[in-house]
This record gives sequence, C-alpha cells and structure tokens, in this order.
Amino acid sequence: MENFTPFAGLGGGLLIGAAASLFVLVYGRILGISGILGGLFGGAGEEISFRLALIAGIVIAPLLLTSLGASLSDISVSASWPMLIVAGLLVGFGTRLGNGCTSGHGVCGLARLSRRSIVATLVFFASAAITVYAVRHVIGE
Amino acid sequence: MIRIFGALAIGLLFGAGVSISGMINPAKVLGFLDFAGNWDPTLGLVMLGALIAAVPGYALAKRLDAPLTETKFRIPTARHIDAPLVAGAVMFGIGWGLVGFCPGPAIAAIATGLQDVLIFFAAMLAGMGLFRVFTLLRGDRGFRPPA
Repeated sequence: MENFTPFAGLGGGLLIGAAASLFVLVYGRILGISGILGGLFGGAGEEISFRLALIAGIVIAPLLLTSLGASLSDISVSASWPMLIVAGLLVGFGTRLGNGCTSGHGVCGLARLSRRSIVATLVFFASAAITVYAVRHVIGE
Repeated sequence: MIRIFGALAIGLLFGAGVSISGMINPAKVLGFLDFAGNWDPTLGLVMLGALIAAVPGYALAKRLDAPLTETKFRIPTARHIDAPLVAGAVMFGIGWGLVGFCPGPAIAAIATGLQDVLIFFAAMLAGMGLFRVFTLLRGDRGFRPPA
C-alpha cells in the first residue's frame, strides 16, 4: 500500500462532489461527464457551448494547478495502441448505452440513492476489477 | 454568457478534484482495481470525499422547487434495471479496467498532450459517436437523459 495517498484522495474527492452539488443546485442537472461529452453528438437538444465550456474547464484545471506550482501525479499509461483503441471504444459506447460513468452513476447517482446508478456502479466496478485481474494475474503470469 | 462561465468554473472545480485526487493517473486507478496485487485504496477515498460533498447538495436540491438558474430540475426518474444499463456498465468496466481511464480523468489528462491519452480520448469519442449511430439505426429519435 505504499502508493496510498489518502489526503489527496479525500481532498480531491471533496472537490469533485462540490462540483456535482453546484451543478445540480445551479443548473438542475447531473454532473455526468459521459453524458455531457456524448451529448455533443446531438440528439440531446442542448446547446453545445455549455457542454464545451464545462469540458474546457476540466482540461484547463490541471494546467492551472501546475502553473500555480502544484505538483500533480505523473500520468503513466501502460497499454499498447490497439489496447487503447479497444478500451476507448468500450468506454465511449458502454457509458452511453448504460447512461453514465463514474461521475454520473458513481458520484451523483449514489449521492441521490438512484437504484439504477447503484446497480450500474456495482457492475462497472466488478467488471473493471475482473478485467484487471484477468490482465495482470491470469494472462500476465 | 454568465451561464457559460458558470459551466467553465464547475468544470475547473471538477478537473481540479480529478487532478489533485491522483485519478488523472490511470496507474492509480488500476492500483485500486487490482485487489490481488499491490492494492492502492486511494480511489475509495476519492469516492468517499465526493459523496460527502455531493449528498448534501442533492438533499438540498430535493427540497427546492427549481434550481437557481433554470425553471426545472432535469434528474432522471427511471427506476427499472434493464439490459442496456447492465450491458453498458459491463462494457464500460472492461474498457476502464484495460487502461484505467474513465471519461472525466481522460478529459483532464488531455492537457498533458501525451499521445496515448489522445488516442484513448479519440477512441472514446468514436465509441460515443458509434452509439449515436446505433440509436439512429434503431429508429430511436430521442436520447435518454444523461446519468
């Protein structure tokens, strides 16, 4: 457990939850990132600029933090190109089919005790854990 | 215009949370998901912190007739557990477990400009576009609300 960073985790989590609270109180909506991004493909009847502004904020945040002198966790991706493409397709399609991801179902859905979100969250955590087990301990032996 | 800046500010807050928590790094996410390996419980604390801050917001929202700047709340009301929900969650989980990126952190990580991140992000967008094509082919005109 030498990688465990409890304070940064809890503090960062509080900010994510605060963003979700503000979004529902001010705009009346679920802060679900896959829904906000996927809605750009049309069909949701939503203005594009509002979605893009939120996405821009997410992209700018780490740049702003580092320019203010914060030292953020390095990003280490250890997957081949084909793996990145397959995983990206699954995440994109799956979150739209299942109507949410870690933010919409995992944070907002659990916070409002939505039955669908509780089921989705249990399923995607289980499916992800089984996948990691298979990749690292079965195939990777 | 104020609406747009509000969305930008909430995006900044969310992005700061994803970055500070370490979840912008897929290796940390995979460290949580790998229960049989060198387990890193951090993601559990991120979820805990997020819920501590989100539960009061939703509790307050429930008592309001309308959100501060809109005429009504747009919160999903469906309660039935159906095949798309479960199948979508299974697919998402597999993709998440393969690389360690879910949509929020994948967006925040774009800032690094790393090629691996951009490839994943492009594939994720393609997956969302494919889903849109899939719904149109099925003759499904309306989109279900996000979340």
